[in-house]
Amino acid sequence: MLLIECPWCGERDESEFSYAGEAHITRPRETKNLSDEEWADYLFMRKNPRGLHREQWLHAAGCRRYFNVERDTVSYQISGSYKIGEQPPSGEKV
Amino acid sequence: MSQRCRTDKGGRIDRDQTIQFTFNGKAYSGQAGDTLASALLANGVHLVGRSWKYHRPRGIMSAGAEEPNAIVQLEKGQYTIPNARATQVELYQRLDASSVNCWPSLDFDLMSVNSFFSRLMPAGFYYKTFMWPKFMWMKYEYLIRKASGLGESPDQPDPDRYERTHAHCDVLVVGGGVAGLCAALAAGRAGARVIVADEQSEFGGLTLASHAQIDGRSADSWIQVTIDELQKLPEVTLLPRSTVFGYHDQNFLTINQRLTDHLPLTERSGGREKLWQVRARQVVLATGAMERPITFSNNDRPGVMLASAVSTYINRYAVKPGNRAVVFTNNDSAYQTALDLKSAGSEVVALVDARAASASEIANTVRSAGIEVVNASVVINTRGRKRIQSVKLMNLSADGKSVSGAIKTIACDLLAVSGGWSPVVHLSSQSGAKAVWHDAVAMFLPGKSLQAQASVGAANGTLDLKSALEEATAAGNSAASACGFNATMSVPTADAVQQDPILPLWLVPSPKGRGGNQFIDLQNDVGASDIQLAAREGYRSIEHVKRYTAMGFGTDQGKTGNINGMAVLADTLGQSIAETGTTTFRPNYTPVTFGAIAGQDLGERLFDPIRKTAMHAWHEENGAKFENVGQWLRPWYYPQVGESMHDAVNRECLATRNSVGIFDATTLGKIEIRGPDSAKFLEMIYTNNWMNLEVGKGRYGFMLGEDGMVMDDGVTIRLAHDHFFMHTTTGGAAGVMAWMERWLQTEWPQMEVFLTSVTDHWATAAVVGPNSAKVVSAVCDGIDFDVETFPFMATRTGTIGEVVCRVNRISFSGELAYEVNVPANTGRFMWEGLIQAGAEYDITPYGTEALHVLRAEKGYVIVGQDTDGSVTVDDLGLGWALSKTKADFIGKRSLTRPDTVRKDRKQLVGLITTDPNTVIPEGAQLVDDPHVPIPMPMIGHVSSSYYSACCGHSIALALVKDGHSRRGDTVYAPLANGQIIEARVTEPVFYDKEGAKSNG
Repeated sequence: MLLIECPWCGERDESEFSYAGEAHITRPRETKNLSDEEWADYLFMRKNPRGLHREQWLHAAGCRRYFNVERDTVSYQISGSYKIGEQPPSGEKV
Repeated sequence: MSQRCRTDKGGRIDRDQTIQFTFNGKAYSGQAGDTLASALLANGVHLVGRSWKYHRPRGIMSAGAEEPNAIVQLEKGQYTIPNARATQVELYQRLDASSVNCWPSLDFDLMSVNSFFSRLMPAGFYYKTFMWPKFMWMKYEYLIRKASGLGESPDQPDPDRYERTHAHCDVLVVGGGVAGLCAALAAGRAGARVIVADEQSEFGGLTLASHAQIDGRSADSWIQVTIDELQKLPEVTLLPRSTVFGYHDQNFLTINQRLTDHLPLTERSGGREKLWQVRARQVVLATGAMERPITFSNNDRPGVMLASAVSTYINRYAVKPGNRAVVFTNNDSAYQTALDLKSAGSEVVALVDARAASASEIANTVRSAGIEVVNASVVINTRGRKRIQSVKLMNLSADGKSVSGAIKTIACDLLAVSGGWSPVVHLSSQSGAKAVWHDAVAMFLPGKSLQAQASVGAANGTLDLKSALEEATAAGNSAASACGFNATMSVPTADAVQQDPILPLWLVPSPKGRGGNQFIDLQNDVGASDIQLAAREGYRSIEHVKRYTAMGFGTDQGKTGNINGMAVLADTLGQSIAETGTTTFRPNYTPVTFGAIAGQDLGERLFDPIRKTAMHAWHEENGAKFENVGQWLRPWYYPQVGESMHDAVNRECLATRNSVGIFDATTLGKIEIRGPDSAKFLEMIYTNNWMNLEVGKGRYGFMLGEDGMVMDDGVTIRLAHDHFFMHTTTGGAAGVMAWMERWLQTEWPQMEVFLTSVTDHWATAAVVGPNSAKVVSAVCDGIDFDVETFPFMATRTGTIGEVVCRVNRISFSGELAYEVNVPANTGRFMWEGLIQAGAEYDITPYGTEALHVLRAEKGYVIVGQDTDGSVTVDDLGLGWALSKTKADFIGKRSLTRPDTVRKDRKQLVGLITTDPNTVIPEGAQLVDDPHVPIPMPMIGHVSSSYYSACCGHSIALALVKDGHSRRGDTVYAPLANGQIIEARVTEPVFYDKEGAKSNG
């Protein structure tokens, strides 16, 4: 049971949230100009890293806001939460 | 007291309170404060069970959670509890316990014939023998399970109630032994909010059975004073009988508190167990250590016990476990056991020490007490059947690899064994700290954790009381300080005890080079030879060896013997224990009842709540059968007296098509979409155009995933320029809401759009059929129901009495139809008004089954039934719904992916069976030729299938490869029972193909 900090509501149990996949995947603007490979990359390809991972969570049983979490996929340590559009706490540019 | 093995004085039992209980049908007495195990021992009962595989007689081995043998079934009927550890069962009046795994009785076990064949049942025996032929496995499995099962699970509903609580604390102390209490006191005095959980009925742990001194007083008196002080601290919670069984991420720990198990059945009330879910800022693990055995031939006889357990039974429970004892050790701690035995009046025939010499203070005390200490010797074998009768000793070589000299036999009725101590690193390991082997102390110690926790005392390998108190005080102070408290407790004083180092010894060498019956895991009957065999057969990883031999798979999870098994594997492979490593420690530390996990989340009230519409009671009163749709309970059909489901559905369909039907459509998902960018937003969410939709009109739309596959569908109505009302599928409502919120919040935050789920705000009745306008117009005022002025896909607002209603002319049946919406709490009022007005047209309520038939007759798909996440709008033959003019919408780019445009995609078709009365089962696979050998090439499957009374024949919708170009072809549905159904591919519309009926 992770302890996740919602940027609006504070620290809550994982059971209040639902997972929404890898963060910082921007929907391409001119989708019709994309090659099949480029579109497939947006559609299917995910980093699945061993280590720091930026991911979206929804505070489903709370304020219903989506936000980002930076989490280590090995230790499950969470380095922090940040709002959509902000940079992760590790300082690593995304 | 008639308990013949009870000592005259001492112990923590209440000699005035005698308790009657039965074991295997025989009556015994014990005292308050006993466990079932101590009471049995007080009556001289050692033999308590039979082993799992060979059905060898087994006795009580330990005094705690690690017990592998004394596994019992408690009580009978609905209160029965399987696989309880007798060492942890507190004795209560009229307790009824019995052994598990012996048939027909403990004393005479027919299955013990297995033990003569043990050479024929090596590691992996079941895998190797019963693998082939495959079809026989089910039969073998039944017989094996019958022969080797543990306790019996109850076959009646659990009558008890289970509670759950969430708690937050500054410091959670796990284990209420001296170290835990000391840490709790340090943190508690500083003002921190502390929870102390201990699995036993009394705090104090192993020290309750010791002779130690703390702060100049006896240890048990220090324990009592400390508990008294902790109880007075308002922020401290003491939880006895509470096992911390799981350590999860971010200091989330689970505790199972047993509230009533120690009481007689008739005196139990309230919840039986309470599950605590605790989030702690700091955790102190003071879980202690468990003594481990030494493995030698026939080390499993009743009367072979852990030395510390012998001391516990003597000092804590005033029980004398034997009259003539041998102590076998490789370290100093069992010397105290020898002294304890002597003071309890047992004769200690010999203390056998594998070490070449022992000269510590306690060793000398033992010698001066007149006990013979035999150094450089080991127990190589035992004799006895239902109780140990003698041990055989030999000399151990200096390198510990062989035995030599004459075999010396000593008669005894008790063998107390100590192979050293294993810190209880289970919770530490669960927290993510990998246990680390330390050669110097021959222990796995807690590794470095990423979580805010510390292990102290014996759990950290610190067996010496003085050092343990220092560690515990420091950890308590620093945990409280980390939470912002000023914690400065000084260390309670205790004398340091000098101990000679341990001589690691796991498996006693056998004189012939090969020994039998050297048990590693007593519960699962895994011997040293099984581990060695596994290594010879090529197994290298301890995790694989565990699974191959079943070592540590019992209900005790190998708490005592696993370490010996790892050492034997390391030795066989010629590597170190550090290289071999441990198996993974997983929750739960000890078994937890399903009741505790489920708590109050039972049934439809709290586990999976049922949603009912405002008209539900009317449906019930009118005999509806219901079906589950998500959490909703929807009327399925309304059988009249003597009607089958088939009859009822046919009647409902015909009545609707010929006159008028009424359907509760409340459960459809409803989402209000408001804001200046609403239309622009819908342009992206749906595949068709929305900018040009007039106010007061609706439009049917498909929602796709970015992969281009159909995700949801429904009609959305424009109520104002910046205000839309979306309908979703019943099951998809929550998902669609989250989906749209995600796009708005993460991708298009610049869009000014607001979403509100209003599914529960409205009650909806669909009035359907040629006479529907007459019925609705009789009820709803202020609306002109002329079919020309109130066209298809239009919305109007009116009133029913004083209730405002919104009427949408939407049809999911091809008939003239209206959906009447009112605020939910007036739903029944509206419904009954419509029923009353419809009486003259014989208005017929219909359920979801008729709804499905009516829509299938028109070829209307149900997302999730006729689609499965791999179906596009084009596959459904509904390409008209895809805008050609929009630059983009969700999923658009995927519609030109190679996989989306390939020729042989499964496409929606209709099927008409050759025999008009045969209904193909939904899910049936379709083939071109049913006479080719299995596996036949499959070309598709049936997604919807019904008998259509309106058409007079059965109808089906199916997804068939390249189906759109296969009209007129014959396909076959071969069923599992051998029947083959022949059908013709048609267009997916069966009724009123011209759409003439939509205007009534």
